[in-house]
Amino acid sequence: MARELIIEPVTRIEGHGKVTIFLDDDNSVKDARFAVTQFRGFEKFVEGRPFTEMPSIVERICGICPVSHSLAAAKACDAILGVKIPRAAVKIRRLLNCGEFIQSHALSFFHLSSPDLLLGFDSDPTTRNIAGLAAKNPQLAKDGIRLRQIGGHIVEWLGKKRVHPAWVVPGGVNEPLSIEHRDMMLAEIPEGIEIVQKTLSFFKRIIEEFRKEIRTFGNFPSMFLGLVDKDGNWEVTDGYLRFIDSKGAIVVDMIEPTRYKEFIGESVEEFSYLKSPYFKPQGYPTGIYRVGPAARLNVCNGFSTPLANLEWAEFKDLERGPVLSSFHNHYARLIEILAALELEDQLLRDPDILDTHIRAFANVNEYEGVGCVEAPRGTLFHHYKVDNKGLMQWANMIVATGNNNLAINQSVLQVARHYMNGPEITESMINRVEAVIRAYDPCLSCSTHALGQMPLQIKVVNNRGNILSEKMRD
Amino acid sequence: MKKVSQIQTLVIDGKEVGGRHDETILQVARENDIFIPTLCHLDGLTEYGGCRMCIVEIKGMPRLTPSCTTLIREGMVVTTNSERIMEYRRGILALLFTERNHICSACVSNGHCELQGLALKLGLTHVEFPYIFPKMPVDATHDRFIADHNRCVLCSRCVRVCHEVEGAHTKDIMGRGITARIITDLMQDWGESKTCTGCGKCVHVCPTGALTEKGKSVAEMEKRRQFLPYLKLMRERS
Ligand code: SF4
Ligand code: SF4
Ligand code: FES
Repeated sequence: MARELIIEPVTRIEGHGKVTIFLDDDNSVKDARFAVTQFRGFEKFVEGRPFTEMPSIVERICGICPVSHSLAAAKACDAILGVKIPRAAVKIRRLLNCGEFIQSHALSFFHLSSPDLLLGFDSDPTTRNIAGLAAKNPQLAKDGIRLRQIGGHIVEWLGKKRVHPAWVVPGGVNEPLSIEHRDMMLAEIPEGIEIVQKTLSFFKRIIEEFRKEIRTFGNFPSMFLGLVDKDGNWEVTDGYLRFIDSKGAIVVDMIEPTRYKEFIGESVEEFSYLKSPYFKPQGYPTGIYRVGPAARLNVCNGFSTPLANLEWAEFKDLERGPVLSSFHNHYARLIEILAALELEDQLLRDPDILDTHIRAFANVNEYEGVGCVEAPRGTLFHHYKVDNKGLMQWANMIVATGNNNLAINQSVLQVARHYMNGPEITESMINRVEAVIRAYDPCLSCSTHALGQMPLQIKVVNNRGNILSEKMRD
Repeated sequence: MKKVSQIQTLVIDGKEVGGRHDETILQVARENDIFIPTLCHLDGLTEYGGCRMCIVEIKGMPRLTPSCTTLIREGMVVTTNSERIMEYRRGILALLFTERNHICSACVSNGHCELQGLALKLGLTHVEFPYIFPKMPVDATHDRFIADHNRCVLCSRCVRVCHEVEGAHTKDIMGRGITARIITDLMQDWGESKTCTGCGKCVHVCPTGALTEKGKSVAEMEKRRQFLPYLKLMRERS
């Protein structure tokens, strides 16, 4: 019996971006910070709860990528149970993640970013949204909606409820895939592939117009982190950690995510609720690295599916080393949608996917577990400790936007330097700051703000801490 | 010697109905397909009259009366569903939510919970009273079961089934009012209990996510209560 949820005393996490720009005495931009005024109480909140609730509790962290959180949580729980989950469960979870990628990337590209790309960064903010897009290019808007739906169907048909699938469980998944749903999913793939390919060629045509943005949108050397499969290919659900440096050389490779703490340090700063992770061997804050679509394409040796692999080769040709501009996350997102559709097709054609042995049962066998997946926005870690009765004692999560925290600061700084002249906050500058933050698609609930505008507060501060100007956009 | 049962007639919600003299208003109402919400009542257990969900109006009595513990009388006129009754029921329900920590979306009983079901049925859309947010422990010491006091509504069904049906009397209620709490034996960890037979009856009669099977993930805990009336029937026969 499906019932609606009635009572929810825990406030949904809300957040808005807060940008502070620091000026020197000569009015030049000295530093910039992006802070998230977001509640980070989850790690505390789960203490004392049975660990088996985690995959569903964490879905509440973020309304946008609940699947990624529940997958990471379930993997951490598998480790606590000490089980190897059934083959069908592994594949169904992978399938689910494909759905999440298609859905989330389509939202980011078509709904949130393409109004900027198509209508121009300086066009009127009141029409620079999906409605304005639909007026200018109805087909593109329609394609975006359709693609989101195709991804959404995977999550919906597997997880029953699209937004919060209480469906991934410790030890596997709680229902097998039916033949009907498999066939319904298979039937939608060709259309999806056609849409992405069309959009890719469209994007490649307009990309020339954004040379300035490409140059100034988070275009700086940094390390990159992403998961790869055992052959070093692109992988988002099960895989190993790989770090590359700004020249593209592999620094750390084939590391089990359980060992993340050896390579990632976490610094907590007063000004933001978001932690700032860094590459440990290089220390804070030099060890800045980026995660997400472009990072994944940078770290991998290629794709194991043919169409995405061709696109990847072309993407890599943009630059000699890794693609450094965060602007290209948009591009990378489209390629990843293509890869997810191809992978979906492969998984659905595998007879294992219909197997009904989908869950392993066990008691607590390990007191600690780490789960890691690639969320659409980047690498996501969940790390839990339980007591011998299975009650949560401690939790640590590194979310994708956290991984990118230092890089976002750096990118805002770069944009501010380019588009600011003195302490004044111009529309054009706010538009760019907003757009560069959006290139990372940070998972604040505001990043899905229906109209495509994220509530943003910008402050300019001088050396003595006086506020020179301030603007709010919501 | 068998006692002769007398038939009495009364009016419930304008409908003329009849029942045995030792039946409660609730029983007669249900026999006649008249819905009265309940929480602490469970077919097969003795009545407790604790939750007050089942209150009704009886003509000539100023106070609302629990129908699960009130026997019918000849000529009674009962209303089960006035605006006043509904308001009280919703108020009682709202207080139950504020007393403990009910986070349905993360609860193993989500979607199969009687408390949640009542809220839905009675149209409790928001709670006006402040939440208490008590710090409540979770007892996960038992091999197969979990007791999560955050979700307990103190209906005492677990206590009654354990005592009346299983005969173990492992569970009881300690304290009064807001401090009342379900305990195992003399307030020991469930896993340490010498009297608990591990039968699981308490888990399955519990209306909420307070007593559950270990290892269940959110929304996975479905309770099976059919055993109770059956067990009782078989025992009465022998
Ligand atoms: S016990 Fe019922 S009302 Fe309480 S949190 Fe669980 S589902 Fe919600
Ligand atoms: S544990 Fe369950 S059955 Fe026992 S009193 Fe609490 S809510 Fe009722
Ligand atoms: S059902 Fe009558 S008082 Fe609880």
